[in-house]
Amino acid sequence: MATMRSVAIALWAVAHGFSPAIGVAQSPTYGVGRAPTPLELKAIDIEVTPDGKGLVPGRGTAAAGKDVYARRCETCHGPTGKEGPQDALAGGQGSLSSSTPQKTVGSYWPYATTLWDYINRAMPFDHPSTLTADEVYATTAYVLFLNGLVGERDVIDEKTLPQVKMPNRNGFTSDPRPDVKTAMKKRQPEP
Amino acid sequence: MTTSRSRRWFLGLGTAWSAALVACRSKSAPPAAEPRALGVAVSPYGSRSRFERAARYVNTNTKVPLEEAVSRTPLHDTYGIITPSSLHFERHHSGVPDIDPATHTLTIHGLVDRPLVFTVDELKRLPSVSRIYFLECSGNGLTEWRGGEPDAQRIHGLTSCSEWTGVPVALLLRECAVRADATWMLAEGADACKMTRSIPMTKALDDALVAYGQNGEPLRPEQGYPMRLLLPGWEGNANVKWLRRIKVMDQPAMSREETSKYTDLMPDGTARQFTFIMEPKSLITRPSGGDRLAGAGMYEVTGLAWSGRGTIARVEITIDGGATWTPAELQAPVLPRAHTRFRWSWNWDGRDALIASRCTDDTGYTQPLLADLIKVRGVNSMYHNNGIQMWKVAADGTITNGNHA
Repeated sequence: MATMRSVAIALWAVAHGFSPAIGVAQSPTYGVGRAPTPLELKAIDIEVTPDGKGLVPGRGTAAAGKDVYARRCETCHGPTGKEGPQDALAGGQGSLSSSTPQKTVGSYWPYATTLWDYINRAMPFDHPSTLTADEVYATTAYVLFLNGLVGERDVIDEKTLPQVKMPNRNGFTSDPRPDVKTAMKKRQPEP
Repeated sequence: MTTSRSRRWFLGLGTAWSAALVACRSKSAPPAAEPRALGVAVSPYGSRSRFERAARYVNTNTKVPLEEAVSRTPLHDTYGIITPSSLHFERHHSGVPDIDPATHTLTIHGLVDRPLVFTVDELKRLPSVSRIYFLECSGNGLTEWRGGEPDAQRIHGLTSCSEWTGVPVALLLRECAVRADATWMLAEGADACKMTRSIPMTKALDDALVAYGQNGEPLRPEQGYPMRLLLPGWEGNANVKWLRRIKVMDQPAMSREETSKYTDLMPDGTARQFTFIMEPKSLITRPSGGDRLAGAGMYEVTGLAWSGRGTIARVEITIDGGATWTPAELQAPVLPRAHTRFRWSWNWDGRDALIASRCTDDTGYTQPLLADLIKVRGVNSMYHNNGIQMWKVAADGTITNGNHA
């Protein structure tokens, strides 16, 4: 009768304008689609969150990353990560409130895990998803090293990466809009 | 590449009118011959007249690879409220993938009791809705903080409006038995960079769609074929294209796009994050920058207004740089979170003028002057510039960007 009761609860929830999705275990309404296999999920479940969840086993140092960077990254980001022509990766710390802010990994990015996630999913730009896990760790370490955030021989892995203190970690606020008011002249009453 | 819009629309109209007058006066001119040749036969997929040239504007003079560039809708050369799919603006982060719908799937997993994979055909079996919504890149108008570009397309062409068809995300999440502790969902594309944004569950359960249709046919590849996320009224980037995965979570993933890119830097060095809503905005699209009025007299002033918070309630026009405002006529349908067309008849006296529109939506918010936005946000926030667009009309009829006039 448990099913009957949950259906009754779901019907009650719908009738009273509540989404039956929340907090009520229910059977599928349409029965379309199938369960993903563990292998399928593993292939695409790739995001890494600030707590480090999603990081895969592996390790790297800036010293090892220097070589990967020279081969796979330097053409777009410059020899020291500052020269471009694409996004500057290093420098700019303390510039955010100036008239020419430089938003780099070191000056702007709040989480080191985001750097790993982005290199892993999207870099190099024209050959994404071709770096090994160790290469991603090493490149991440090198970019952090270019910003003075880790030492050249510090081992970056699943445990140490989420611990890296990013200078702009607390630089973000929530959306306060509407934040700009327009002073309206009092409208004339309709004739 | 230059824009192919008809910059001399008003002059052109004047020329045609003069030609017509001349034709009336000239009794000796032979009448146009009756058509005597057969036209072209029916065809399986239509195309526009070979005489039409309106095109998206692509700035090729840039260091940005064109796979992660933008192309802009010719707002000046579109009518009504629907943007033709072929002219819908583009913003990609690693090019347009070539996806076979027979192999593409959408996986929903994470904080759900029943993770599911849907094929495109399976998604189309579910109850669908069709809704008209604008879609605007939050970077639209970013040149104007320090200003600016010369015309409506180059300044504001990162907004478009379509009829979208798809399945409510709420329905899909219910089908997957989403758990009570779910607060965010990660949406991920199947493009080369696997573009990723975190979306609050409140929006997902409100009006979000997984869209597969655009203006009566499948999405264009540039718009996410075979399926995309559609978040009515929210910044374009969050409407993840080529959607392959939704992961229900209890925190945002803090992806690259939602930390280092689509955040709004304030003068004090802090940045606003998760600024999803596109605030009310409008602009006059005709006459606008690049046009030249043919002389004093009557002109229809028309443009577009939209609000990510709701429905446009009022559009007003100024011809004196904002000192006085007069109501414009709204053309039905006036729909929530959709482009709204407005019109106003202007009897130009032939003197210098600073013309603009401003809109107010049903929340009571009125589109601010750009200067008032800058007072609060400075000039380095890049995104979400919904300030009033001024056009400067000179006595010789030429129209230029008047934002910093």
